[in-house]
Amino acid sequence: MAQSVTAEPPAKAPPDVGDAGRWREYALALGFLAPALFFLGVWVVYPAIRTIVRSFFSDSGNRFVWFDNYKTLFTDQTLLTAIKNNAIWVGVVPALVTAIGLIFAVLIERISWSLAFKTAVFMPMAVSAFAAGITWRLVYQQNPDQGALNAGIRSVKDAFSPPGVLSNATPSTTNLVSKGGGIVLQTPLRPGQTARLGLTGIAPDDVPSGAVQAAKPQPRSGEITGVVWRDFKPGGGKTGVVEQGEKGLPGVTVELKQNGKNVESATTEDNGTFAFTDVKPGTYQAAIGAGTFAKPFGGYSWLGSKLITPSVIIAYIWIWAGFSMVVIAAGLAAIPRDVLEAARTDGASEWQVFRRVTVPLLAPVLTVVFVTMLINVLKVFDIVIAVAPESTQSDANVLALALWRTAFSGSAQFGVGSAIAVFIFILVIPVLLLNIRRFRREA
Amino acid sequence: MATAAEVTRRPPVVEERLSTRIVRVLSKAPVNIILVIVAVFWLVPTFGLLVTSLLSPTDFQVKGWWQVFSAPSKLTWHNYHEIFNNHTITHSLVTTAEIAVGATVIPIFIGAMAGYAFAWLDFPGRDTLFIVVIALLVVPLQMALIPIFSLYNTFGLYDTVIGLVLFHTAFALPFAIFLLRNFFIGIPRDLMEAARIDGASEIYIFVRIILPLGLPAIASLGIFQFLWTWNDLLVALTLATSTQPITVAIFSQLRTFGANIDIIAPATFLSLAIPLLVFFAFQRYFVQGLLAGSVK
Repeated sequence: MAQSVTAEPPAKAPPDVGDAGRWREYALALGFLAPALFFLGVWVVYPAIRTIVRSFFSDSGNRFVWFDNYKTLFTDQTLLTAIKNNAIWVGVVPALVTAIGLIFAVLIERISWSLAFKTAVFMPMAVSAFAAGITWRLVYQQNPDQGALNAGIRSVKDAFSPPGVLSNATPSTTNLVSKGGGIVLQTPLRPGQTARLGLTGIAPDDVPSGAVQAAKPQPRSGEITGVVWRDFKPGGGKTGVVEQGEKGLPGVTVELKQNGKNVESATTEDNGTFAFTDVKPGTYQAAIGAGTFAKPFGGYSWLGSKLITPSVIIAYIWIWAGFSMVVIAAGLAAIPRDVLEAARTDGASEWQVFRRVTVPLLAPVLTVVFVTMLINVLKVFDIVIAVAPESTQSDANVLALALWRTAFSGSAQFGVGSAIAVFIFILVIPVLLLNIRRFRREA
Repeated sequence: MATAAEVTRRPPVVEERLSTRIVRVLSKAPVNIILVIVAVFWLVPTFGLLVTSLLSPTDFQVKGWWQVFSAPSKLTWHNYHEIFNNHTITHSLVTTAEIAVGATVIPIFIGAMAGYAFAWLDFPGRDTLFIVVIALLVVPLQMALIPIFSLYNTFGLYDTVIGLVLFHTAFALPFAIFLLRNFFIGIPRDLMEAARIDGASEIYIFVRIILPLGLPAIASLGIFQFLWTWNDLLVALTLATSTQPITVAIFSQLRTFGANIDIIAPATFLSLAIPLLVFFAFQRYFVQGLLAGSVK
């Protein structure tokens, strides 16, 4: 064993390769292969065959049921959802991941910080799909004070249509009527009269800052004056009357309407008063617009039953785009530059170069990425179980998750579970043939 | 593509260079801006998780992680102190490491032996057997879960680290054998012939020549396999209950996501930290392994 490997002059003759020598080599090969064959036999080949057989037996395993388990697979609602969702995954994800990877790979050739970009986008690949799923579950939290996505949407929304100052307020008297989200005073008003718009249901914290004791509106000729105030006094008080201890509501926009049309609008002062000056004779109505009562954005339900599958898919693409980008970028680097330059010199636009030269030359690499993603998507599990809360896991269901839920979570339906496993296997067989062809070419 | 007329109409070379340079500078700005936005989009979720793990649960209930921009003093190690005193979590980290190391070393060694045999030893049916091994690459591990679950219950391997290691080993082998065989076959035959002539045994050749020369491939494979098993959830969830790697430990906290965020966020970040360190330390090997054909 401890002999030197350095070449000595070939003093000895080459070893005799007779029959005995050949058998010795076979035995040696067997020795080197035995552990691998043992593992592959016991943990891969035997269970695979066993699963196929098992899929024709009942869940308890003592009754041969022909194709009943497969029938269940295609009739049970939960399992059908899983098949449908997995079809969506297959239809959307490989194409998107390949396309995004291609776009990134082409674009990073034009920036000087491509390594930093690659690292940022590729990083999620190193992390478990499960941990990435948790990361996204946090992003997707519905409460805009916890989920970053809804927080972002809220800040955009607030910029265009801010939530009302008094989102929970309701009228305090019956002559104030809710209408189209706003509130209308039913009593007709003429110049020289006053309007009292009392509101309740406002928590002390929600009273706009700067509010002071509400003031009784003073009638003035040629004007319609009024007050908007928090018509609530701890320990009782009269509704519809401005009393000591009741605060005005500043910043509320009051509209003056005639025959349903806005004639004028005014904003309330700190003591809640407002005034429409220069009002022509006639009858009017006072109203507070819907904007004042607009509810704040409560957040989209990304993890709810409707959006859960797209949500999980976005998280999944976030993980795998880096893989796609790195593989395609390596393919791109292998394309001879002069081919692209030649096309450019010939007057081809960047889009033409991309469409007619780059993409066709990259076709083999794009296929590798697409096929790899196809296999991955058929077996997707961790990310779904991490992102989808238990309540919507049925809506987010995919084949691998359905298998686990059927056979291992709660009910031990091994018959149906085996059928699901075989179904996944059948779906990846075409990919298997493709892969073997590729490997044989490479080997 | 270009006709002769177009060629003659082309402006003088110097002027073209100038115009293309202007075009290039102008056209680069939008690309840079778009890619900066994309990169930020890719980093924000992980950054958010990190900051959330550094917020006290009461602060998180009030407002999300972005509150630290206005109040950086809210950052605290409190959750991590708790986590390191949480026996379930620390124990699960140890379990994860045991599984990942075992399920990396064993399949590489066994796979290297088989790879050597497929590359350099002669026996009947070698190529067919190799194709069969490659074909096993695409057997989804889902095909094995139910029978192995029963088998493990019979042989007392259920809920053991060794049971999980053996399962990962088997499913790592096809790719390991494929990768290492293809790498070993590139080792010059002369090296082995010379050793044989010197009377070296095949085992000596394997240990002293093949393994050292195969180190680049072994490194790529090792990093991949380590990350793969470190990150596993499905196998551990199926074939164990109380032998919990970190993923399963976090999974059992998920039922009340919002309320357990002070455990979930730091534990998840810890589970990310090791793979990220491995990734940054061995990025080159990682990408090489990926390019060698990632088919899992």
